Amino acid sequence: MKKNHYILSNVKLSNGTSVDIEVQDELIKAVGQDLSGADVIDCSGLIALQGFVDLHTHLREPGYEQSETILTGSKAAAKGGFTAVHAMANTMPVADNAAVVEQVYALGKSAGYVQVQPIGAVTLGLNGSQLADLGKMNASQAKVTVFSDDGKCVSDSLVMRRALEYVKAFGGVIAQHAQDPALTVGAQMNEGGLSLRLGLTGWPGVAETAIIARDVLLAEEVGSRLHICHVSTRGSVDVIRWAKARGINVTAEVTPHHLLLTEELASDYNPIFKVNPPLRTQNDVLALREAVADGTIDIVATDHAPHPADSKDCEWGEAAFGMIGLETAASIVKTTLVDTGLIDWVRFEEVLSTNPARIGGLNDQGQAIQVGSLANIALIDPARKFKVETVSQSKSPNNPYLGMELSGEIVHTIYKGTFTVINSEIQILGAN
Amino acid sequence: MVTRTVLDAADIDRAIVRISHEIVEANQGTSNLLLLGIPTRGVFLAKRIAQSIKKNYPDFDIETSVGKLDVTMFRDDLSTKPGREVTPTEIPVSNLENQTVVLVDDVLFSGRTIRAALDALVSYGRPKAVRLAVLVDRGHRELPIRADYVGKNLPTSSTERISVKLTESDDEQSVVIEQ
Amino acid sequence: MKHLLSINDLDKGSAISLLNLAVEMQQVNSREVKKLPALNGRTVANLFFEDSTRTKISFELAAKRLSADVINFTAKGSSVSKGESLKDTVQTIEAMGVEALIVRHHHSGAANTIANSTWSTSAVINAGDGTHEHPTQGLLDSLTIRQRLKGAVDKGDLAGVRVLIAGDILHSRVARSNLLLLRLLGAKVGIVGPATLVPDDARILADFIYFNFDEALADKFDVVMMLRMQRERMNSAFIPNETEYSTLWGLSESRFKALSSETLIMHPGPMNRGLEISSAAADSPQSAILDQVTNGVAVRMAVLYKLLAQETSLK
Repeated sequence: MKKNHYILSNVKLSNGTSVDIEVQDELIKAVGQDLSGADVIDCSGLIALQGFVDLHTHLREPGYEQSETILTGSKAAAKGGFTAVHAMANTMPVADNAAVVEQVYALGKSAGYVQVQPIGAVTLGLNGSQLADLGKMNASQAKVTVFSDDGKCVSDSLVMRRALEYVKAFGGVIAQHAQDPALTVGAQMNEGGLSLRLGLTGWPGVAETAIIARDVLLAEEVGSRLHICHVSTRGSVDVIRWAKARGINVTAEVTPHHLLLTEELASDYNPIFKVNPPLRTQNDVLALREAVADGTIDIVATDHAPHPADSKDCEWGEAAFGMIGLETAASIVKTTLVDTGLIDWVRFEEVLSTNPARIGGLNDQGQAIQVGSLANIALIDPARKFKVETVSQSKSPNNPYLGMELSGEIVHTIYKGTFTVINSEIQILGAN
Repeated sequence: MVTRTVLDAADIDRAIVRISHEIVEANQGTSNLLLLGIPTRGVFLAKRIAQSIKKNYPDFDIETSVGKLDVTMFRDDLSTKPGREVTPTEIPVSNLENQTVVLVDDVLFSGRTIRAALDALVSYGRPKAVRLAVLVDRGHRELPIRADYVGKNLPTSSTERISVKLTESDDEQSVVIEQ
Repeated sequence: MKHLLSINDLDKGSAISLLNLAVEMQQVNSREVKKLPALNGRTVANLFFEDSTRTKISFELAAKRLSADVINFTAKGSSVSKGESLKDTVQTIEAMGVEALIVRHHHSGAANTIANSTWSTSAVINAGDGTHEHPTQGLLDSLTIRQRLKGAVDKGDLAGVRVLIAGDILHSRVARSNLLLLRLLGAKVGIVGPATLVPDDARILADFIYFNFDEALADKFDVVMMLRMQRERMNSAFIPNETEYSTLWGLSESRFKALSSETLIMHPGPMNRGLEISSAAADSPQSAILDQVTNGVAVRMAVLYKLLAQETSLK
């Protein structure tokens, strides 16, 4: 079996220092100047960051393999600089028991491109009323610690309270998709002047904020960890900021698309821009960006949601909700947060790697690039531009950035010492 | 651009007088005559012909004998020349059955406008007869249409342009060929 | 391709031009031979995925008066009720060779989707999509107002006219198209209804917002346009019950009698007599409700003529 041993030369770390990084097998052997003793890979112009960790991905397998599989999703993740993804539970069958999560875990392992950590459902079949096999899933091979009914909201206050209490026993966290179902019946896009003009049922921001307000108070009461998925409004950011100031153990994520895109894109009824939670206003976009900078939002998570072409080649009301985002995430975050001067690369690394690894409890991820750490590294060329094409690693074409030129391309991705991406090309694994 | 005047103001006046006499002669009087001008200049010409008839036959009632026939919606070139505005059609009698309709236009060229006029007329009723009076016939017919009363026959080449000016709409009165 | 999807596809000049063309079409409709050869040999398809009698018949008549051939597709009992997608339905009709699609659909934006897609190369006319727009209704309403208030041959705009639209603004595509067109033509428009059905966001669409019908009527509008109250709204907690709606926002006989005798009464139909509008108002000489129906054919002829015969875009 071929072993890994190479040196990444002349690369910049997130703090700006220029170094060489020596990798042997799965670990970082040395970090210094002018290293030698192995094949040298010139990384001038690149920034070496801790491999990215996505806390919110939809891999669609089992059950929706026409949209994505664990293999294709893993490849898309690797292409985007990720070395770990958390696979959401709204598969078919739902990941509400040990058997399904172990299946997902095994498929992820055999694909081998990234660490695939299954997320378990909070309730059986996502029915919102009966708790799923939370303990068994945690005790299984998949070692689930993040639980979410994402796609749906745990709207029953009693069920949410019980879930928060229950997972305390094993340090779990409930990741809430905040959407009051009663306020969003038939909702299609952000509620406001535009939705009124377009005749599309509105999804009011308060339907998200009110659930978050309730849940942070429940988390405080119960003394448990809470994570809020895909925060999309200024109001929600305000509540989370208040909760953190109060010492409540809540973490929050924002998607790349909510950092850039707004509701105006719905004006032509192009369902590529139909997503849940919906694209909001520029005011919300600015609040979310500031929140990432000031720590109110802890991580960026893609909510990569693949759908086949037919699901978007129809009228808005018929179309599925969701956008893919693994391959473009780093570039969007760089463009909206680093290029605007709101954050530096150190914070970039925190929100895409350190923090999600910590929230997800993945000890093998989010490790600092230093001697002894596992070699999970994303090498980005911040200056390189690339055109977003239909041909991508994901099986699905529902990419809102199609045709756009983005800057900041992932050049190499290293997972446990092995290159999964070289020169922006996905590698075929199993040669080792 | 080379221009030459083929009819001056006086020529036009004389032509109108002659045409008005010819119309009355062929109709054997002025009864049941209906002059319908095709917008825009055909309308002015129809009025003038009617006024000329009235001068010589005071019993001729202009109110019930002159109108306008807009042919835009019956043209066969709507999609290639789309800019035309539809103007109102005014037919002063309710029943065309006994009427001899005289269509009046300024220039007869391909004949397609007159074909459209015949189609338009048919949707209003069935006149006893339809005649055509034009100020200028410049040849180059694309359809078997001919004028009954002609101010002037002007053989032209198809690259030439005929410009008719009347005082109702322009600041002078003349027919000019432009090359 | 040239389409009519929304009033926003028009500018003031082209809107007035369409109204004037409709006046000419009214002439055609009052002759013995109600026919123009303009669309001879062309085929037009009525794609009605939502029930409608009056609009469908109106469009069919308009197309036939222009000598076009008409295909009628209704969703009931068709392939759509067996689950066929919009894309497949459109492509199937296209394959038979049509040049215009007149589309009514329950999803907002359906006509836009068809027009922007690769499924069809036909001109698309929106005959009502979800709660978005119903542009030909807006046009026929504006024509009715102009002719009743400014005379049958007036060729101008609606400057100085004040219109009040009353009822379920939130769910009304007729209201949206009217708000856009009336204001484009220079009229001032007020809206009134219960706050659950007249959202705050509507402030950008109208000149005046009221929640009290009597207060609105006291501000003297030249036209009062009543919208149909759909009974389903009672079940979704928009209003408590019919009687309350009727009492507070219905054009009752007494409210009607208190109006000036010059005030025009309009309703896009079908009416719920006794709910949003009393028979006293609907059947009075001030009512333009039947004019609206008549004008519908002329307006739709004008639109078809402009889009298909002249093949011009509407701006």
